[in-house]
Amino acid sequence: MITVLNIIISGLIMGGIYALISMGLSLQYGVARILNVTHGEFIMMAAFLTWVMVSTAGINPLLALVICCPVTFLVGYLLHITIFRWLKKFSIVTAVFESNAMLVCFGLMFIMSNAAMQIWGSNNRGYQFLQTSVDFAGTAIAANRLLVLAVALAVSVLFYIFLARSRMGKSIRAASQDAAAAGMLGVKINRVMAICFGIGALLAGIAGTLLSIIQQIYTNMGMQYTAIALIVVVLGGMGSIPGSMIGGFILGMVGSIVSYLDPSLAMVAFYVIILALLLVRPKGLLGR
Amino acid sequence: MNFVKSRGLTLKKAVSPAAAVLALIVVGLIPSFNPGPVPAYLTITSVTILFYIVMSVSWSIFSGPTGYVSLAAAAFYGVGIYMSVIFGGSLPLPVLMLLGGVASFVLAALIGAITLRLRGVYFTIFTFGLVQLLISLVLWYEVKINNVVVRTIPSVGYNTVFYALFVLMVLVILAAIFIKRSRFGMALTGIGECEDAAAHIGVNTTVVKVIAFAVTAFAMGAAGAARATTMISVKPEIAFNVLESFLPVLMVIFGGTGSLLGPVVGAVIFSVLKEQLITKWPKWYMIIFGTVMILAILLLPKGIVGAVKEVPGIAKKLLLLLMTLIFAAVGYVFNSILAASGVAVSGLVFALLFGIIGFIISVHLLKHLMKKAWKGAKIDANA
Repeated sequence: MITVLNIIISGLIMGGIYALISMGLSLQYGVARILNVTHGEFIMMAAFLTWVMVSTAGINPLLALVICCPVTFLVGYLLHITIFRWLKKFSIVTAVFESNAMLVCFGLMFIMSNAAMQIWGSNNRGYQFLQTSVDFAGTAIAANRLLVLAVALAVSVLFYIFLARSRMGKSIRAASQDAAAAGMLGVKINRVMAICFGIGALLAGIAGTLLSIIQQIYTNMGMQYTAIALIVVVLGGMGSIPGSMIGGFILGMVGSIVSYLDPSLAMVAFYVIILALLLVRPKGLLGR
Repeated sequence: MNFVKSRGLTLKKAVSPAAAVLALIVVGLIPSFNPGPVPAYLTITSVTILFYIVMSVSWSIFSGPTGYVSLAAAAFYGVGIYMSVIFGGSLPLPVLMLLGGVASFVLAALIGAITLRLRGVYFTIFTFGLVQLLISLVLWYEVKINNVVVRTIPSVGYNTVFYALFVLMVLVILAAIFIKRSRFGMALTGIGECEDAAAHIGVNTTVVKVIAFAVTAFAMGAAGAARATTMISVKPEIAFNVLESFLPVLMVIFGGTGSLLGPVVGAVIFSVLKEQLITKWPKWYMIIFGTVMILAILLLPKGIVGAVKEVPGIAKKLLLLLMTLIFAAVGYVFNSILAASGVAVSGLVFALLFGIIGFIISVHLLKHLMKKAWKGAKIDANA
């Protein structure tokens, strides 16, 4: 019983982080039409930024979040207004833009992961934060893990409210449904796309900081999270934010159960899910 | 557009096949330049070049006309390697290559039948994930069941591998020409231009895509099986190295997708650059390749061959070549200057890098200065 509870809780925690990551990716693809495979590298960068701040300046990791968020947002925003806007200008068809943008992202991925490797080396890094255990229905859970779950959930809910209620959120939803029509109705489409790309990077940044609290981090962790985010986005349906959230928690649970049985088969299990899904419902759970 | 083709054998039509055959004969003689037991650097580099020509030409047979960007090259390459791991030593190289090819063919046909109904980026994600899956799966098998992770493959000698890959390359190039000129190739192009329209005029798009995907996977698997015999040891992360999926894409994009020459040119340039960087400047290898990939997509959308084709007249083409060579020479001199201060890397690396950047600059400079004469200018203005 206690093991079952443990599996469920660690599934929820990873699910929360997966949901954060994939919401960002889903937003970037849904609105800006960029399949951002550098997503994992943004996570890694934010994780290392947090680690540097915590280990050298002794800042509270939650305070580091306040610094990481604007930085990752700005990097994403600048990338979009330079490279991707240029690319968009010269791509006649959307399909061409999509595949070129994806390949550019792969190039960026190599640059970012290798730059990080040269700066920080390839060792595992980590720090101690809130290691005290909390008694939760008979099982002892580290307080930092509960904190991470709470932050992930809070950010997801806030992000959903932002999309559903705010004026910017409305523009984003309009742009994701039909960018050309939204542009005609007065949405500054290029700005909305750049902001979406920035927000995607920001969500990756938050996930990175949270991951650094509960796990050891290393410079080539990015690819793994990119792959997971892609799987979740396909699972939930491309461009669907609630789909990404549900998909994230499903994948977190599955990962937690499989990891309990055999940790090396987690990736295989994810892939089998995707295979089955593509055979039955290629659009994803909540895809349009 | 000239729809009626002349049937007669003109000089221009005879020159390029003759040049191709001559080039093949010269390449085929490379191992005989050094008949010693120790393989020369030239032979080793040639094996790498031949391998990447096979990879990039077969990548471009499927992904070039259809526009489906496949990142599964490493998967097929790795399957080929593991065929050599399992059967190496007991079977001769051609049989190993055939086994690697067949195994990759079967894998590609299975994967293709499931995923090629998906369009665009879904397909790319899936092929990207396939490589990750194979790494985890093979690693799991090796750790849990086989208890050996690092495996060795008996060597068969560089000259044998050279000739095996040489024959494979000729076959792949012939296949590319044959497919391009057949109804099958037209179906592939039709899928790339408008898949729905192709389906409406009676092309069974899924079957065509799966066959093309599987045939090119055969070549990649065979190439992997051959190259495996030059490796000292193999483990899953090396056999299914994700980078091997990107290199063919980079080579084809940089060389140009439109023609057969593009992938070959891209493969030659980047395999030389890769060999040099890995031995002399490994820290910067990935960063340089990533940067060149981004530059090529942004600034050379039609690749080297496409850009040269757009240059009007032979005189301006020679001017472009001259400018590129000057940049390459500057790169070489730059390395010598660095050598004087003790941080030299390699003259060839700098010559290649400066040449690549110089080519991009020259193309854009010439295009800007002589807008009116440019063949592609009109099309660009309309777009």
